[in-house]
Amino acid sequence: MKKVEAIIQPFKLEEVKEALIGIGIDGMTVSEVRGHGRQKGHKEVYRGQEYQVDLLPKVKIEIVIPAARLDEVVRTLVSSARTGKIGDGKIFVFDVADAIRIRNDERGEAAI
Amino acid sequence: MFRLSGGGGRCIMVSDWPRLHHEAALSAVLPLGNYEMKRIICLLVLLCSVLAAQSLQSVDARLAAMDTAVKAAQSAGDNAWMLVCSALVLMMTGPGLALFYGGLVRKKNVLGTMMQSFIMMALVTVLWAFVGYSLSFGEWSAVVGDLRYAFLNGVGAAPNADYAATIPQQTFMIYQLMFAIITPALITGAFAERMKFSAMLVFMTLWSLLVYFPMAHMVWGKGGFLNAFLGGRIPCLDFAGGTVVHITSGVSALVCALYLGKRHGYPHGQIKPHSLVLSFIGACLLWVGWFGFNAGSALGSSALATSAFVATHFGAAAAAIGWVIAEWIRTGKPSVLGGISGAVAGLVAITPASGFVKPMPALLIGFAAGVVCYFMVAAVKMKLGYDDSLDAFGVHGVGGTLGALLTGVFATNQVNDALKDASGKALPLGLVDGNAAQVLSQLAGIAIAWGLAIVATLAILKFCDAIIGLRVERDHEIEGLDLSLHGEEGYSFDS
Repeated sequence: MKKVEAIIQPFKLEEVKEALIGIGIDGMTVSEVRGHGRQKGHKEVYRGQEYQVDLLPKVKIEIVIPAARLDEVVRTLVSSARTGKIGDGKIFVFDVADAIRIRNDERGEAAI
Repeated sequence: MFRLSGGGGRCIMVSDWPRLHHEAALSAVLPLGNYEMKRIICLLVLLCSVLAAQSLQSVDARLAAMDTAVKAAQSAGDNAWMLVCSALVLMMTGPGLALFYGGLVRKKNVLGTMMQSFIMMALVTVLWAFVGYSLSFGEWSAVVGDLRYAFLNGVGAAPNADYAATIPQQTFMIYQLMFAIITPALITGAFAERMKFSAMLVFMTLWSLLVYFPMAHMVWGKGGFLNAFLGGRIPCLDFAGGTVVHITSGVSALVCALYLGKRHGYPHGQIKPHSLVLSFIGACLLWVGWFGFNAGSALGSSALATSAFVATHFGAAAAAIGWVIAEWIRTGKPSVLGGISGAVAGLVAITPASGFVKPMPALLIGFAAGVVCYFMVAAVKMKLGYDDSLDAFGVHGVGGTLGALLTGVFATNQVNDALKDASGKALPLGLVDGNAAQVLSQLAGIAIAWGLAIVATLAILKFCDAIIGLRVERDHEIEGLDLSLHGEEGYSFDS
């Protein structure tokens, strides 16, 4: 099993979600996060006072999938989240040791 | 009057009947014998004479009744307007100022900041009822009033002709209270996000007693040192509170900011407004409420109130444009915060002038205030390095001073002819009327307001610091005043 963590632009969430559901991914966890990569931040000015805002609002999507589906899922994520501009985000892939369904103790891929 | 004499005229015509109609004409109309006709005519003459006499006797009584009715009608109109204005001015503090300031602080301090404005609505009201109104509008000395109206003794339905002859004194009292509420609330912008609530309550109580009530008495109270209309030594023109409200609060704000020191993390940390949406709503409520503040200061629903209303609106509009243009040129972007700050700066500057200037000078005063206040908060404050959190000095102190000065330039008796010489001729007001000395009188008023604000505020701060301590603990400041002082959160996302 693999865990895929995608940090994307907030306005791309709906599109990415639809694309994942389209290829049969039923479970995901979404959180609002702040951060930056090479994009860095932007400047804001309030009554002449300048602020460098480094941490920008992003959305993090976490999904756990059978290892066999990894390429397909990553391709779907990339194509649906990409605008081609700086700030589009990153995807990280992790190995998952086990998964347990709390309701009935199912384990492994049956639980995801 | 017209209707009254018309009625009398009709009665006299009836009594003249017999002379106008001779017998032949009457016999043609009425088929009666000579004797019967004479009897009827005699009766008619008698009846009409009695009626006419009665009606002449009652003319005086009816005149008096009409006079009372006309006065009651004007009083009803003026009183309705002044009660609405009183409510409008209260709306400036809560929610207007509370939202404006609340949006400008970080979200951990939103409630603490709103509470500082709100509690003035309660605290100053009680002070006002006990002694505030009397110290401001009683008569005694040129500096402060006596206690003749303490506990609102004698302040009832009867007008106080010295101040407002057509409204109950109680209306005048409640209207003036709303000014006493917003003035200290304006200061809270200077020490936002770092002052103890307890120390603030003591500070504001003493500040009202030592700065606001005396200043209101000097400018607006009978016999006040600066009162241009009621026997003051120096005739300072301040229609709605440029010196009394904005200079005193703005300058005291600067003293507070310097005395308390900077907020933890200022100016390099991320100390930026948490919700300009709240500030936007607050500023627009201030703009609307300001019509009550300035147009209401005519103390009646007169043409002068309209003139002040127009000047107020024009001042705000031009200042919003002035601030936004200055900022656009300097930083490249016209901001929402700039627009609303400019509008407030314009409203501040037009306040003392509103009942004395024509619409075009109002535009000029507003535009000047927008540009000057922008440079004050965006450039001068940064250079000097003090932390006036929400720019109470930059907007109210500077805008108020500019407005008070320009009032001396643009005030004209074509707008306000209340100041008359012995023969009843309207005296020239400002520089545009050819009275250059007025600028000096304005400077004297400004100097007194600045001096009183600096000395008294410094003394009160030292006193409060000694007995309570002014600043919250550093940990509490970092945690935010909402939780540490009030035990609440403005935005609770987990409920």
